[in-house]
Amino acid sequence: MRKLWWAVPVAVAGVTAVRRSRTGEWRQDRWLTVTVNRPPMDVGSEGMLPPPLDGLAERIDVRIRPAPGDRGTELAVRFKEPVSAASASVPARLTGQDPRQELRRALRDAKSLLEAGEVLRPDAPPTTRPTPGGRLVEVFTRRSGGEGVL
Amino acid sequence: MKALCWEGVNKLSVEQVPDPELRNDQDVIVRLIAGTTCGSDLHLIGGYIPAMRAGDVIGHEFVGEVVETGSAVRRHKVGDRVVVCSFVGCGRCWYCANDLWSLCDNTNTNPGIGQALFGYETAGIFGYSHAMGGLRGSHAEYVRVPFADYGAFKVPEGVDDTSALFVSDSVPTGWMGADLAGVKPGDVVAVWGCGAVGQMAARAAVLKGAERVIAIDRIPERLAMTERYAGAETIDYTTTDVAAELRERTGGRGPDVCIEAVGMEAHSDGPMHLYDQVKQQLRLQTDRPTAVRQAIHACRKAGTVFILGVFASAVDKFPLGAVINKGLTVRGAQMHGQRYIPMLLDRLAAGEIETAQLATHTLSLDEAPTAYDMFKEKTDGCVRAVIRPGS
Ligand SMILES: NC(=O)c1ccc[n+]([C@@H]2O[C@H](COP(=O)([O-])OP(=O)(O)OC[C@H]3O[C@@H](n4cnc5c(N)ncnc54)[C@H](O)[C@@H]3O)[C@@H](O)[C@H]2O)c1
Ligand SMILES: [Zn+2]
Ligand SMILES: [Zn+2]
Repeated sequence: MRKLWWAVPVAVAGVTAVRRSRTGEWRQDRWLTVTVNRPPMDVGSEGMLPPPLDGLAERIDVRIRPAPGDRGTELAVRFKEPVSAASASVPARLTGQDPRQELRRALRDAKSLLEAGEVLRPDAPPTTRPTPGGRLVEVFTRRSGGEGVL
Repeated sequence: MKALCWEGVNKLSVEQVPDPELRNDQDVIVRLIAGTTCGSDLHLIGGYIPAMRAGDVIGHEFVGEVVETGSAVRRHKVGDRVVVCSFVGCGRCWYCANDLWSLCDNTNTNPGIGQALFGYETAGIFGYSHAMGGLRGSHAEYVRVPFADYGAFKVPEGVDDTSALFVSDSVPTGWMGADLAGVKPGDVVAVWGCGAVGQMAARAAVLKGAERVIAIDRIPERLAMTERYAGAETIDYTTTDVAAELRERTGGRGPDVCIEAVGMEAHSDGPMHLYDQVKQQLRLQTDRPTAVRQAIHACRKAGTVFILGVFASAVDKFPLGAVINKGLTVRGAQMHGQRYIPMLLDRLAAGEIETAQLATHTLSLDEAPTAYDMFKEKTDGCVRAVIRPGS
């Protein structure tokens, strides 16, 4: 298990996030935000969302505003209906049931498409050897695009 | 195809893996001409870098030939001989646009892991764990290169494969250390570590006009190579009191700029080494920062310490007091290769920088595990082992 030391801080970050959300310190209705290195008119508007966020348009609030100091455009989204505590729990997040994971992924993908013209896909298959440690890494990598600090 | 896979801590083997495919329109596929071992791989092989999976292909410094191009690739065509930057940059996010390529926002396919570890994720790098991109490495017959218009560079006619190879990573890393540390004429620069990275940092400091460059290591052939090709002076830290020697050679001031090119598995003979090793094995600290501590201590007041060595997480006994009380600037970075590679290829072609001497050994892909053993143990004068899949 020596090589899995890093799973501890990563898991702690996840649990802390859930604890904060329970105490209200980290609210489930917080805006998820990225800055896109494009002018606001290229990023879109409330009625004209960049893909793949446009697919979620009915369910989300959107805020688009220029970033200070020539840094592009701040693009923020959140669900109109705040996510329930059950959907934000650790089991929900590990099994991919937290709807914010889909939203984070869509937000990151929108930024990549706007800036770089594509969403980088990992090599496939990611590895050729299934081991217990490798499976744990796979759990983290499968959720990683929908998790993190956004 | 054949590839060198990480199979667990200190276990490498050559395996059959599926050929890479174009997965994005801006990808190219490169047939490997040559790749090299790197000090960064040692941290990964030893299990110090998070999120490796058994079966992961390693390797990130390489030169090869373009054999297939995605539909959106503009600057490359089949047959081009290219050297590829170890970090992948999209070229258009704020970080890439500001020449901070190893911080690209769009090339790490697992951002959540890096964000949990560091606050924000790094760019993706070839063959360097699922925390740092999840991209396959280059010690293989073929490798997929994403965003190739930005990360692959045509090798000039007069530059041979082996010389070009090191422009992938170690040459720009060393150059970046001297550049971002602000080395200027009149400076005295000390460099810890005489691996390829330290040697290139020393050479860069000389070319940037430093008055004296002093490189520190314990391995005689590396010290000799640094003197000869970088034009630096050297110190053997096992036979010399480094801080006292540096004081004496700098009129009592201390070096203006200290560049650390050793990393998290630093060696020393002192009692601190045992302490660091025990704590590292128990995972009470993840990294051994011996050379960083020494550099911070030796640096002149208001000087700059630049950390090129790779560290994964937390260190112990970090001399924060020296940093604040001496008014130091401490900085580090993974390398922003795309910023420097075209200029470095020109300097290579002009003979200002030489790299071929770093390639002390050449082996086939089947012998790659042996190449890493030699490189790790630094046997037979090994500085870098070059792996040629075609041989
Ligand atoms: N920042 C980046 O982008 C980047 C890129 C490439 C490599 N690196 C890192 O740079 C470091 C060096 O890479 P390399 O390929 O040259 O590795 P290397 O293993 O060939 O060289 C390291 C050298 O440090 C010497 N050393 C060990 N302990 C020392 C000490 N206490 N004082 C002085 N010297 C000491 C060793 O004898 C060795 O010669 C590694 O940590 C690597 O991960 C960073
Ligand atoms: Zn390297
Ligand atoms: Zn980028």
